[in-house]
Amino acid sequence: MLFGLVCLAVLVFLIAPILAVIPLSFSSNSILSYPLPGLSLRWYESVLTSPKWYLAFVNSMKIGLAATFFAVLLGTLASFGLARRQGPISSALRILILSPMIVPIVLVAVALYLFLAPLQLTNTMTGMIIAHIVIAVPFVVIPVLTAIEQLDHNLGRAAAACGARPLTAFFRVTLPSISSAMASGALFAFAASFDDVVIALFVAGPDQRTLPREMYSGLRETISPELTAVATIMMIFSTLLFLLMQSMQRKRRRMLQSASHA
Amino acid sequence: MAMKNRSLLLAPLTGFLLIFFVVPMVWFLSFAVRETEVPRALPRSLEVLTNWQIGEAIPPEVYPALAQDMVEAADSGSMADAARRINYELTGARSALSKASRQVRRAAEGTVFDEQFFASVDPILTSPDLFAVMKRAGATISDHYLLASVDLQRKLDGAIAQVPSENRVYLAVLWRTLEISALVMFTCLFLGFPVAVLLTTSSERVADAILILVMLPFWTSLLVRTTAWIVLLQKEGIINSALISLGLISEPLTMIFNRTGVVVAMTHVLLPFMILPLYSTLKGIPKGYMRAASSLGARPVTAFFRVYLPLALPGIAAGCIMVFILSVGYYVTPALVGGPADQMLSAFVANYTTGTGNWGLASALGLILLIVTSVLYLVAQRLSGGRTISLG
Repeated sequence: MLFGLVCLAVLVFLIAPILAVIPLSFSSNSILSYPLPGLSLRWYESVLTSPKWYLAFVNSMKIGLAATFFAVLLGTLASFGLARRQGPISSALRILILSPMIVPIVLVAVALYLFLAPLQLTNTMTGMIIAHIVIAVPFVVIPVLTAIEQLDHNLGRAAAACGARPLTAFFRVTLPSISSAMASGALFAFAASFDDVVIALFVAGPDQRTLPREMYSGLRETISPELTAVATIMMIFSTLLFLLMQSMQRKRRRMLQSASHA
Repeated sequence: MAMKNRSLLLAPLTGFLLIFFVVPMVWFLSFAVRETEVPRALPRSLEVLTNWQIGEAIPPEVYPALAQDMVEAADSGSMADAARRINYELTGARSALSKASRQVRRAAEGTVFDEQFFASVDPILTSPDLFAVMKRAGATISDHYLLASVDLQRKLDGAIAQVPSENRVYLAVLWRTLEISALVMFTCLFLGFPVAVLLTTSSERVADAILILVMLPFWTSLLVRTTAWIVLLQKEGIINSALISLGLISEPLTMIFNRTGVVVAMTHVLLPFMILPLYSTLKGIPKGYMRAASSLGARPVTAFFRVYLPLALPGIAAGCIMVFILSVGYYVTPALVGGPADQMLSAFVANYTTGTGNWGLASALGLILLIVTSVLYLVAQRLSGGRTISLG
């Protein structure tokens, strides 16, 4: 009984704070507390018509999509190169590729800031995308590498035996069987970019401000209901990403199961 | 595919990370041991000082050399940096040097820049201390920043000593960083353990639902969650106004912009990183073991501590180290929901890079952070046999 209550309390602790924000964004005045004085969409209106938030949203999407594209491209190629390889060079490369995830993000941000500034890449889109590729790549390599290593070698051989040329076999057999791993890597990569604020604090200029960066500035001043509206919109967005991820993982699990039954 | 072709596939990412990750990191961390300001601004003075030893008379040729360095360095703007660098070790040197630099540039033609001239500007400029610091800060590499990052300094004779107690900052910051991380780690463990146990005892359907509740905040943007905590915990926030309207308190509680706010918000962010590794370990403990223990006469508490807990230990270790590693590097959450006394190492690294621009100290503090993280990571690798990181 006590055990159940404790668990319930922890789950409430995880979820309730996030949910508590949503109703406040529909408040008709600027006091951030309950009971709500009345309902209105004024904060949504002011967010959706604000050039600042629009630019931030566009920047977040542009940077996120570009960084994800390159992270998936580079990460998938590298995973094929790394798969089923042993030895000191291979483990050194694995550590190299995973380390942007382990090194505290502030160090990555500061190092990139000092390095990109003389190249005139701070305060540019290119600089932000480069920095986000660095932090997104491990999220692609982890699932894709695992998927490649779990691939049945015989599939490729079967394709060859059936007369497929290597490239055909790759595109028709190998790639489809790792595509769901690539997709989940892409989602994680996008989420990593979409959630980043530390790199944006150092590398982005006023024209590259992303949603989290703009929220950061907002939170440093007095917090306005506008922010709760942005938070709600972002919550819907990340819930969609999460649901996409869930369905993809279910698909992957099914595929693995059917592969092991076969 | 042939091995050679496969290596080619690694080239783009390896090259990219070498250029945009390894080189920047090494470059940044090199500032911890490099001296750049003084060699750039005062090359002539340093040359004169090459053969000078502390305790000897100051060579008189150094004064005209210093004057000439000041004229040229003022043009390139490097004099201010050099003066600031010398001031780290010799308080008062900065204003004296900039004053001298101004007077040298304004001096009438034919002025002799000798000991007397500099002494008349400020006696510190003819002290052996100044030249000792100048010489040390003029070396290509030095341990000044590394020592400073642990509250140590070299005395003028070169011996290592603690900095004066009113200037000791960084060991306390390191200690505070570890303390907050440990606090967050234990809070996550105590909150996460019951949920992980619940996950193993629930039906698959319920477990899936609980996992979604655990993973959903994990996917929610950090800034969104920070917004939520500020809205909840601030003085006029939801919790305070609820407590006041229920009559439980009369004055609002201070729950944010202090340690409480930091620990609560960080625990919220890091809890999933505790629950997931715990769950995957606890899942593997056969249910029969506990039953066997109780049928052999062990009371539930004994069975838990003697059977269940030892088997859960790898998961506990993995979760704790994961949470600790992530907390140690935290920057955004303490910056937004902490007070000045809750800022961790990362904040100092960030502030010294942008604010006052003490890259050497930023780098040395960053090195400490990196070492703590890497050591913990290696321990985690050891404990789990190389399978620390897994997603999804």
